[in-house]
Amino acid sequence: MKYLTTIGLETHVQLKTATKMFCSCSLKFGEEPNTNICPVCLGYPGALPVANREAIKLTVLSGLMLGCTINKHSTFDRKNYFYPDMAKDYQITQNTHPLCLGGGITIQTPNGPKLIRINHIHLEEDAAKINHYGQFSGVDYNRGGTPLMEIVSEPDLSSQDEAMAYLQALKQILVYAGVSDCNLEEGNMRSDVNVSIRPEGQTTLGTKVEIKNMNTFKGIYAAATYEIARQTYALTHGKALVQETRRWDPDANETQSMRSKENAHDYRYFPEPDLVPIALSDEQIAEWRSSLPELPSARRIRMMEEYGIPEYDAGVLADARENADFFEATARLCEKQLGKIVSNWFMVEVMRLLSETGKAIGACALTPAALAELITLADQRVINGPTAKELLPELFEKGGMPKALVEARGLGQVSDTSALEAFVQQAIASNPKSVEDYKAGKKAAAGYFVGQVMKLSKGKADPKLVGELVARALEQ
Amino acid sequence: MNIENLTICTAAEGLRKRAFSSVELTQGVLDAIQQKDGQINAYLTVDAEGALKQATAADAARFAGQDGDLLGIPIAIKDIINVEGQPCTCASKMLEGYVSPYDATVAARLRSAGAVFAGRTNMDEFAMGSSTENSAFKSTCNPHDLSRVPGGSSGGSAAAIAAGTALAALGTDTGGSIRQPASFCGCVGLKPSYGRVSRYGVTAYASSLDQVGPMTKTVEDAAILLQALAGVDAHDGTTSPAEVPDYRAALAGGLKGLRIGLPKEYFIDGTDPEVMVHIRKAIDDCAKAGAEIVDVSLPHTEYATAVYYIIATAEASANLARFDGVRYGHRTAAPESVFDLYAKSRAEGFGTEVKRRIILGTYVLSSGYYDAYYGRAQKARTLIRQDFTTAFKQCDVLLTPVAPTAAYKRGEATDDPLKMYLGDIFTVPANLGGLCALSVPCGMTHDRLPVGLQLLGPAFGEPTLLRVGAGYERLRS
Ligand SMILES: [Zn+2]
Repeated sequence: MKYLTTIGLETHVQLKTATKMFCSCSLKFGEEPNTNICPVCLGYPGALPVANREAIKLTVLSGLMLGCTINKHSTFDRKNYFYPDMAKDYQITQNTHPLCLGGGITIQTPNGPKLIRINHIHLEEDAAKINHYGQFSGVDYNRGGTPLMEIVSEPDLSSQDEAMAYLQALKQILVYAGVSDCNLEEGNMRSDVNVSIRPEGQTTLGTKVEIKNMNTFKGIYAAATYEIARQTYALTHGKALVQETRRWDPDANETQSMRSKENAHDYRYFPEPDLVPIALSDEQIAEWRSSLPELPSARRIRMMEEYGIPEYDAGVLADARENADFFEATARLCEKQLGKIVSNWFMVEVMRLLSETGKAIGACALTPAALAELITLADQRVINGPTAKELLPELFEKGGMPKALVEARGLGQVSDTSALEAFVQQAIASNPKSVEDYKAGKKAAAGYFVGQVMKLSKGKADPKLVGELVARALEQ
Repeated sequence: MNIENLTICTAAEGLRKRAFSSVELTQGVLDAIQQKDGQINAYLTVDAEGALKQATAADAARFAGQDGDLLGIPIAIKDIINVEGQPCTCASKMLEGYVSPYDATVAARLRSAGAVFAGRTNMDEFAMGSSTENSAFKSTCNPHDLSRVPGGSSGGSAAAIAAGTALAALGTDTGGSIRQPASFCGCVGLKPSYGRVSRYGVTAYASSLDQVGPMTKTVEDAAILLQALAGVDAHDGTTSPAEVPDYRAALAGGLKGLRIGLPKEYFIDGTDPEVMVHIRKAIDDCAKAGAEIVDVSLPHTEYATAVYYIIATAEASANLARFDGVRYGHRTAAPESVFDLYAKSRAEGFGTEVKRRIILGTYVLSSGYYDAYYGRAQKARTLIRQDFTTAFKQCDVLLTPVAPTAAYKRGEATDDPLKMYLGDIFTVPANLGGLCALSVPCGMTHDRLPVGLQLLGPAFGEPTLLRVGAGYERLRS
């Protein structure tokens, strides 16, 4: 019997705001425990929450990027549970009227593109971090109150590979929109993974198991793979599955039961009386919509048309917003027909330097203006290609403009025909053997003379011109 | 100096004329507390040193040319309002020894107006109760008859004013906790409209109902205090950005031409006939002074008490969850697990009435019961609000009794919580409706116990409310 897999993801994404969701504490990562705290995020008596407007905006931007309907009237609710990671012993979240509804992400599968629908996106506050120290535990409230948006997918994913594709696409879009850094090491993106399997032909979904709080893609893949195998084994061996919450133990490489549905919490949700509903006007939503960046897929197509670059190049460039921005800024400073050359430079030379240094494009000294000038100098044959390539690492490391360097160092290529002709004659005179080879029909010997002339010119000669002069001289 | 007969107004006049200094005035209050509070038990803690320091600073400021209605005036504070560096126990063992790390917005506003924090007044634990007998530390006596309760939950504030150990005080009102003790003790109590005064730093009982307000000897004093407290606060998103009018300027208007509505549902059997005599007399006096008396109806009044006890307890069950023994407050001695820590700390820290309301609130929010209780209570609350909207089309203010009785004997209501809940019948609708409401003394019973009348105004209708209150007050003097 064949079994079908169904996966749904609830992904918590930390929003890129300067301050917490309901107070003005800073959100710097990696500070000393309990230094970014105040009466509000510590749940002191009398303290009240005030909703972070920027977090609302970023959630709406995400919704717009993902094709959601924005709720013009949304509300906060209290989710009640006792645990030391929640200072107030209730979490402020959105249960009944979330900010965004619907939408979806198209992923690529072996069977072609597939739409993964989104149920809704809501805004909430993160819990504090609990650290265990043998005999006791400590709570670090620095993380408590961090703005989180929870993106809840429909159970449209049919494999762990599709789950990966969905998460990659989601991450790319959110980073693109500047909504989140989606830094997995810092826990910026954590998912609850709902997995069920059912025999082929059965229309109702199988028993759902939720794996809580997964913070790496690798872990999600491994946990989903394990869970599919575990559930398949159970069903093929006539064992019943229970609806439950499980945790992933990466060391044991298995999921373990946390609690069954019978022991599920009653969160006693009710409307948060300390916060007035969020009212968004059409004008506000339109203004935010106009600030949206292009989606990577749309950008790929536009860049192909606008700069005449191949689909592969456009795809690689569009993948990371920083790179695409840099490419476009450079290309716009160059002559229009140089698009493909700019993309070659970026994809080969710049990306090699990026991977060698481990730097992001924003962190190096190279500017689009410098790269554009360098490419233009080479195109106008003021310098030759090898010189240009030699200059790039320096521009990348130290910055500056190539024209100034070329002038200061006399790197301009020699296009003076009489000077070059002297080099050509010198090369021919000192290599009679190769002249004979050429005349005997070994046309490749011409390349040898070009190399000799380049050497004599200390690399500054225009290789194209040298080629012409060598050919002419040999034919005489 | 003797401060017994001073009001905010007369004390401010004395300070302006340099008849006395704020230090002398504050010392007068401290002496009065020393002499009388042993019997009354209105105060939980008094920071004499801190108060005198503030008074010294106020005197220096006045010497430097500053002035203000509250500059150098001692104000008593209900022990639910956070003041940095002072205890804020909410009269609960749960917060015994707790020192607040920050100022409530109302405290900060009084501080910047130059007021002196005279002491922290007793209350029902976490503002849950109507007699100040639910305090974990002591029960306060009614200065008019020590065998009787001062009302509650702001009973300490009311009793301090009545006993002459405070010129004025802050209270909080979730279902009548300012107005009923004001009525029982013969002082003025104002519950501002919801959103008029910031709740930031006021330990929450029921967030959608709580308001801080003045408790004073005169309506004018209430207007002065409200002026300092009112206005939008960036720390409380439920405060209104509506402009704060000049409340004192509104007092002069008088009663002539105003329409006073009498909601028939508030004039029912079961209210003490002696209370009704004084209410009827007050209505007659207002009519004689030129007010138009209108009969109105608030048909959903009968549901108000039930709705109140569902919504207030539901919110309280979440608001009081934070008292878990983890970060502050009472922590049990040797917990076996984190859940044992919660259970024991809360069992030991909370009093009976608080536990009763937390359990009730938890129940009405539970899955399977939510729609039947909390959901329906919200719908009924909407109907109660609509009743008021309709009524205020026919009149400017409503006039009703504050409570069905005058102050009752201590111990009388503690055995029967339901009886105590029913005592809130006339006061809870104003909180459900977000209205402003004023309690003004209107007479004394044969037992020499004060009786108060309640005036209700539409949300943000404080100017008219205070105008009627002040107009009536002038008729009596
Ligand atoms: Zn904070």
